[in-house]
Amino acid sequence: MDELVIARSLFGMTMGVHIIYATLGVGLPFMVLIAELMYQKTKDKDYALMANRWTKGFAVLLGVAIPTGTIAGVQLSLLWPGFMEVVGRVIALPFQIEIYAFFLEALFMSIYVYAADRLSPIMRIVSVTLVAFGASASAILITNVHAFQGTPAGFEIVDGKFVNVDPWEAFFNPSFFVTAGHVTVSALMTGAFVIASIAAYKMIRQRGNTREYKFHHKALMMGLVIGGILSVLTSLNGHESAQQLYQYQPEKLAAAEGLFETQRYAPLAIGGYTDKEDREVKWAIEVPWALSFLSDDAFDTKVLGLEEWPEEEWPPLFVHTLFNSMVGIGSLLLLLSIVGFTWYKILKRKEFPRPLMWGFIAAGPLAMTAIEFGWIFACTGRQPWIIYHIMKTEEAVTTSGNIGLLFVLFLIVYIILMISTVLVLRYYFNRNPISEELDQ
Amino acid sequence: MSEAFYAITLIWGLVFIYAVMATIDFGAGFWSMIYLNRNNTKATNIANRYLSPSWEVTNVFIVAIVVALFSFFPGATFTLGTVLLIPGSMIILLLALRSAFLVFSHSASSNYKRILTIISGVTGFLIPALLICVLPITHGNFIETTNGAERLLLGELLTSPSVYAFMAFAVSSTLFLSSLLLSDYSNVSGDQEAYETYRRDAILVGPISLAMAALLVLTIRNEALWLYENLMNYIPWLIGSIATFALGYASLFIPRKTGVGIPRLAMISIVVQYLLASYAYGSAHLPYIVYPNVTIETGFTDPATFRALIVTYIVAFFILTPGFIYFWRLFLKDKRYLKQNES
Repeated sequence: MDELVIARSLFGMTMGVHIIYATLGVGLPFMVLIAELMYQKTKDKDYALMANRWTKGFAVLLGVAIPTGTIAGVQLSLLWPGFMEVVGRVIALPFQIEIYAFFLEALFMSIYVYAADRLSPIMRIVSVTLVAFGASASAILITNVHAFQGTPAGFEIVDGKFVNVDPWEAFFNPSFFVTAGHVTVSALMTGAFVIASIAAYKMIRQRGNTREYKFHHKALMMGLVIGGILSVLTSLNGHESAQQLYQYQPEKLAAAEGLFETQRYAPLAIGGYTDKEDREVKWAIEVPWALSFLSDDAFDTKVLGLEEWPEEEWPPLFVHTLFNSMVGIGSLLLLLSIVGFTWYKILKRKEFPRPLMWGFIAAGPLAMTAIEFGWIFACTGRQPWIIYHIMKTEEAVTTSGNIGLLFVLFLIVYIILMISTVLVLRYYFNRNPISEELDQ
Repeated sequence: MSEAFYAITLIWGLVFIYAVMATIDFGAGFWSMIYLNRNNTKATNIANRYLSPSWEVTNVFIVAIVVALFSFFPGATFTLGTVLLIPGSMIILLLALRSAFLVFSHSASSNYKRILTIISGVTGFLIPALLICVLPITHGNFIETTNGAERLLLGELLTSPSVYAFMAFAVSSTLFLSSLLLSDYSNVSGDQEAYETYRRDAILVGPISLAMAALLVLTIRNEALWLYENLMNYIPWLIGSIATFALGYASLFIPRKTGVGIPRLAMISIVVQYLLASYAYGSAHLPYIVYPNVTIETGFTDPATFRALIVTYIVAFFILTPGFIYFWRLFLKDKRYLKQNES
């Protein structure tokens, strides 16, 4: 295999692992904050207990989120020195500001966890708010660099050199707000569904109307309501993201939809797989005119097909499947929370039917899968470019070899970290069962 | 003074802060491993009580340094990123294991705690030894350029006496600084027994760290003469450094009402000692970031980016300082935290 593929695999693996922890690192403190606020409003001790237990879990996850984030930050310079040279000149601001957000998060995380017993209720909420704010801000700022890669701005190239740099124009590049919004709301949504999953799993093992059951029921409803609201926001924003692709990265949209021929009244292909030989999407359900309409709100919108670009500049065609899976899961989650909410609040049924419970249990892992698909789609869909139409990924990669060996080492460490996370979480929550804490 | 000079000074400041915070952090991990089997577990508890809230904040600094480097000196990023691929990867791997297991050890039972403490202890001296290798690498002897592509000569790096002198210096300094801080920390906590333990450790490793520093200068003379000659222009700083060491070391023996030694004074003097020495080293290293091809001028970022970055630094300083002060008061000054019995 050539070094470029190994370097991409190594960095992709780092991000794939980091994304799990980072997404929960954004989503969970938000849920903790909601629980803290619910407690202040209702004075129901269950909510305080939820905040407390989720924070314990969050602290363990952060123990991996921070080092994998550190790895990602350092690895960028180690694996992509050519890219980071441009980043340093043009788009250094988000990285720099991210450090401040990171400081804020680290400081108040330690304060919230290790000084909890000495904080006033107000300071508890202030601390957890700052943690949630710091986590979201970090995610948004890193996404800012990702947005720049797709829609670079704020510089000119003269004789191969980057001149007339305007760092703030680079920062506020065209796709920043929409992309950052997508990352944030989808991460908050995932946090909520993960909470719902755990609660549903506990309920299914704890049948009957026990005290513990009620506790988990409240958590489940919180997860579903918050997750439902956020999945509406995610899908609205996702639509906007797709329209931006139409405007700024048409070949990415073409690959996502498996569209080869440039056309008006373009159909939307749902499902299936893209066949490069026959230049069509096989086994897909086609909705006539829909792609044109979704792209720019008019049926006669001309959507560019892949044929407009030389084949070596095409993104890998499997992104169609990733894109479909992401959208599919998002829609399913939205449906799940609507059904769950209607069942309980409108039909006033006390218990959920078992299949629905299994649906809830699947919600968290599904949401996380969609996040992974989304990121892989966003990054491989940009290939072969590391900065769209400015720099190719192969130009940015390191020239020093031995990356294969590093890949193996990092793989081992990630496996150790992921297994230990699960073991530590299981150990902690088994030793401090909810039933004991409820009695206190 | 040029903008590049301000930028490199800022990075030097960050590196210094990280070096002090991290040596204490790593050293505390090491000491808590050493005293794991002792009956007086108080010394371990003191180390853990300091470590728990502080490592996350310390960890942010290393990312801050990397970001500052490629933001201010993107021209150096290419060379540094290329030659540091292997050592840099080792560092972040060990850091990841260490930080994760530090957090895990909080939620785990005492059976697991042993293994976790050992991981944090072993990485506690491996990481500083690896981190400091970045310095001799920037001296240029271990970089080979073929067809414009730079490559690290790993074999020669690992057989160079200079590199081992740097490593020995890093490890002994780690133990020295951390034992000093922990002696001060246990003194403030009113824990006489732990104080005596750490004071004794400091007395033991202090002279070793100074000897290693001298050895290091000698090996620089053999391997990087340009640096040695520049360094000799900063003799007064080096003398000042030795003088503050003498002051700090002596203050461990000053009698007091409740015992012997003034750890706070010792701690501050030794930090000043390192400040003076690292100023001399850093100045002698200029204008090179990586000898002989990358200087602060050739590697410098776009002026517009530089100014925008400086503005964010100033804004962030005012926003974050209250946070740091609050953190300091909660964990390093609050008697309720310092005097609790369990870790």
